[in-house]
Amino acid sequence: MSFRPTGTVYGVLLNFRAEWDALAPQMNEAPYKAPPSAPVLYVKTANTFSAHGSAIALPADVPEVEVGATIGLVMGDAGRVDGCVLMNDLSVPHANFYRPPVKAKCRDGFLGVGARLRTDGVDPASVVLEVHIDGELRQRADFSQLMHSPAQLLSALGSFMTLAPGDVLMLGCDAGRPLARAGQRIDISATGFDVLSSTLQGSPS
Amino acid sequence: MRHARVIHQGVTRDATERDGQLLLADGRLVAFDAVTWLPPLAPVPRARTILALGLNYADHARELAFKPPAEPLAFLKGEGTLTGHRQFTRRPAGVQFMHYECELAVVIGKTAKGVRQADAYDFIGGYTVANDYAIRDYLENWYRPNLRVKNRDTCTPLGPWRVDASDVADPMQLALQTTVNGQLTQQGNTRDMVFSVPFLIEYFSSFMTLSPGDLILTGTPDGVVDCRPGDVVVTEIERIGALVNTLQGDPS
Repeated sequence: MSFRPTGTVYGVLLNFRAEWDALAPQMNEAPYKAPPSAPVLYVKTANTFSAHGSAIALPADVPEVEVGATIGLVMGDAGRVDGCVLMNDLSVPHANFYRPPVKAKCRDGFLGVGARLRTDGVDPASVVLEVHIDGELRQRADFSQLMHSPAQLLSALGSFMTLAPGDVLMLGCDAGRPLARAGQRIDISATGFDVLSSTLQGSPS
Repeated sequence: MRHARVIHQGVTRDATERDGQLLLADGRLVAFDAVTWLPPLAPVPRARTILALGLNYADHARELAFKPPAEPLAFLKGEGTLTGHRQFTRRPAGVQFMHYECELAVVIGKTAKGVRQADAYDFIGGYTVANDYAIRDYLENWYRPNLRVKNRDTCTPLGPWRVDASDVADPMQLALQTTVNGQLTQQGNTRDMVFSVPFLIEYFSSFMTLSPGDLILTGTPDGVVDCRPGDVVVTEIERIGALVNTLQGDPS
């Protein structure tokens, strides 16, 4: 049976070096006034979950979405990681990160979820994801370039919240996130993982 | 009817209120202090969506020196932050400003997508009381308020009761109040929300599907004060209930 998250899915902003560097010149300006001192987290709600192979309907007010190729750590008992899975953390493009991105990230269907949980203990730092849109390579995300390693993220979160069995922690999306529109097919792949595919559809008018 | 979810003699059970006692699903009546209170929610098959509002009372926005927002300021929580009535919430050592927030919590009753304000009440299953604690020391201007402020273990007490929507004639006319060690510190009325409950259901369901058991915490009025370890905080809403919580310090 396909993998499907049973718990809460958390994501983290600014966890790739290039993503951090791109925003660094603005970090001391309003509205931020200082760089974040702790991981900047968000939630992907259950209405966003889309199985591998699904068609994802873009809302009428969203002509283009940002593709957020990432790896989700799936939690087991006692804070252990059970495995990892590819995810497509879609967002309505937004350049302001002051307020929580509920409307940008929690649209129905906006989280593609890989079909198979990988449980061989692969080190995420060794993974390079590729994003193809309609067969064309549009992004490579190298997980050796994380600001906070999985262990550091788990420790930072663990200081104030418990990840329960079934919860998922996504490791972040690199800068240069490609945009995609209705009618396009998105494939996220990496060596050792099953490909995660989604097709974008226009909304019925 | 007032519904609770409790642990009695090691077993999790649904219960209802009957003459100042708890009527367990198996017919036994037990005292309120004979159980451990859980959030008064039925389990859901997938992650519960817990939406919460910031700055949804104009007086509280002024108190924090913010203009009331033009669009709801929403953030999300995971279920792990919830705890029940009469439980303990941790105040970390060294923190300067940790405050309660008494809030009307709406429990969604049926799947809601594209709901109009005029029909919104049909989609509400019930109401409960939330205490949406915040630790202002941890506020940063990135996806603010972020999870370190608002998604801490035990920092969102909920309960004691889930009151059926049909028992609450007008949720937009309910007095709210908070006491700390018996002293009244916060007072308001749900009629002063910037965005009403029907508005919020239309707003959220316009871009995300809400499912039965999902929650909307509707924000807090003026009157938040710092609380210390040992303080007993009672957040109370007319017709819904009085939620008791005690702050606990870190062991020194």
